[in-house]
Amino acid sequence: MNAPRNTAAPAPPIVAMRGVAVSALLHSAHIVLEGVNWTVTPGDYWVLAGWHRSGKSDLLALAAGMSQPEKGEFRLFGVDLAEASEADELAARKRLGVSFPGGRLLHQLTVAENIALPLCYHRDWSLEGAADEVNRLLEIIGLEKQAGLMPSDLGRNLLRRAGLARALVLRPEWLVLDDPLSGLDFREARWWLDFLELLAAGHPWMNRQPLTIAATTDDLRPWAGRARQFAVLKDRGFHVCGGPPRSGGAAEPLLQEFMEETPRQADGIAPAETH
Amino acid sequence: MDHTTESSPNSWRWALAWERSLNRLAGRRLLGIFSLLRGLGAFGLITLSVMVRKTSVARRVIQPLIFKELLRSGWRLLPMTLFFAIALGLVVIGQTVTLLSQVGANEYLGAIMASVVVRELGPLLTVLLVLLRVGTANVVELGTARALGEVEAIEAMSIDPIHYLVVPRVIGMALGVFTLTIYLILGALVSGYLWAFLRDVALLPSAYFEQLAAALGWLDFALLALKTITFGTIIAVVTCYHGLARPLTLTDVSSATVRAVSQSFVLCVMADGIFLMVFLVAQ
Repeated sequence: MNAPRNTAAPAPPIVAMRGVAVSALLHSAHIVLEGVNWTVTPGDYWVLAGWHRSGKSDLLALAAGMSQPEKGEFRLFGVDLAEASEADELAARKRLGVSFPGGRLLHQLTVAENIALPLCYHRDWSLEGAADEVNRLLEIIGLEKQAGLMPSDLGRNLLRRAGLARALVLRPEWLVLDDPLSGLDFREARWWLDFLELLAAGHPWMNRQPLTIAATTDDLRPWAGRARQFAVLKDRGFHVCGGPPRSGGAAEPLLQEFMEETPRQADGIAPAETH
Repeated sequence: MDHTTESSPNSWRWALAWERSLNRLAGRRLLGIFSLLRGLGAFGLITLSVMVRKTSVARRVIQPLIFKELLRSGWRLLPMTLFFAIALGLVVIGQTVTLLSQVGANEYLGAIMASVVVRELGPLLTVLLVLLRVGTANVVELGTARALGEVEAIEAMSIDPIHYLVVPRVIGMALGVFTLTIYLILGALVSGYLWAFLRDVALLPSAYFEQLAAALGWLDFALLALKTITFGTIIAVVTCYHGLARPLTLTDVSSATVRAVSQSFVLCVMADGIFLMVFLVAQ
């Protein structure tokens, strides 16, 4: 008996890079990564590991459509941004959210106004019109008491959470996080990892649709057993390492090498079964 | 030993080297000016294009920003503008009344006020005021936002930074300079008459305002509107360009501010010269 065939065309990958050269965001003449082949499909949960100045943030900026590759082919949601019309580019970019280290909130707006900005701008809503959505998200993120505060009144942990809320407010399909755990204390890092896991599995805020995630890090240990795909950025190259690293030594050599160089301070954040 | 024959080739070499380095310096400066004008022109055209293409985009976000900018570049500067207006009336009348009384030419008081205050000093003083109070703040705000990565955050939200940060400033400052100039001119004309009255000049208010009306034509009003809107646009474009167009660190912000202020003023004076030529040709 033949199984029924699904005739619908498969959705294009969220990110498709072939032979891509990535330049530094601030110095476009400086190539930081070459020959990058990276495909992100819906439901993936990537962690990209690399040391300082390895090109992690530059690669994420490219994957978020904020820059163009120096060389090679790059498609975001199946759209070649170099050739696309302004409307197609905008439509593709509205399907993603970016979370920066430190949150990067606009310092002249309150926390709630910062989070409402993408909603108000892209849907032409007033602040009052966006209030319900923003308040719900603030509650989920745990910032309901800080809604009216200015970013300068928030500590580092809360600034990052507010930046994450702003990235999620349009209910994106693709979330990129630049070094989300760096400098966080144990408890806050654990909150982030648990929350990202919920998002990857399908959070009620995202209408229970699994969110595709990519995060960068210079410390793989907290992500062991959390993320599903790993890659290491080393010597201007992008190396996909497949499955999750384990402390027991089952990881691929590059991952193992990277983890061995990582300080042991992050031990304990990863779930118990990985230790 | 003859020193002159030995030293002259060296002197020539020094002179040639000096001339070459001067030429290089002048060339570099000239290229720098061209590059700056090209950058400013491109930035201005991009802003204009965004302003036209995105007129109906995100009105509920952009309109409050324009209103905020108008408050900052207009309403909040009104007390200082009126102070400048009173001072300008005093300076012009104080200097000219004595001179005109000596030669019995008080009937030219209105004409002098019109040509000095309406055509030249009014718009230039307003520009200086807006530039120092708002233009500097513009560069600092945008430069800091750029240095702290907020501009990248705006791009990451798929918001055009030119639309969100520059367009409201250009519209707000252009309208702000226009309205403040009107208030400054009106204030200076009224205060000018008051100072003349205090100096016992035999001139009725009706005669003074008749003189003013006779000295001003439609071209003055048209050029005044065009000039003030141009000045406001120049200040906004130059200050936004220096705050946004290049990657900045926090330490670069102060030098960018100084550059933006001096370049804005020089460009406004140059534009004023062009308007003066247009006026002289069209009159």
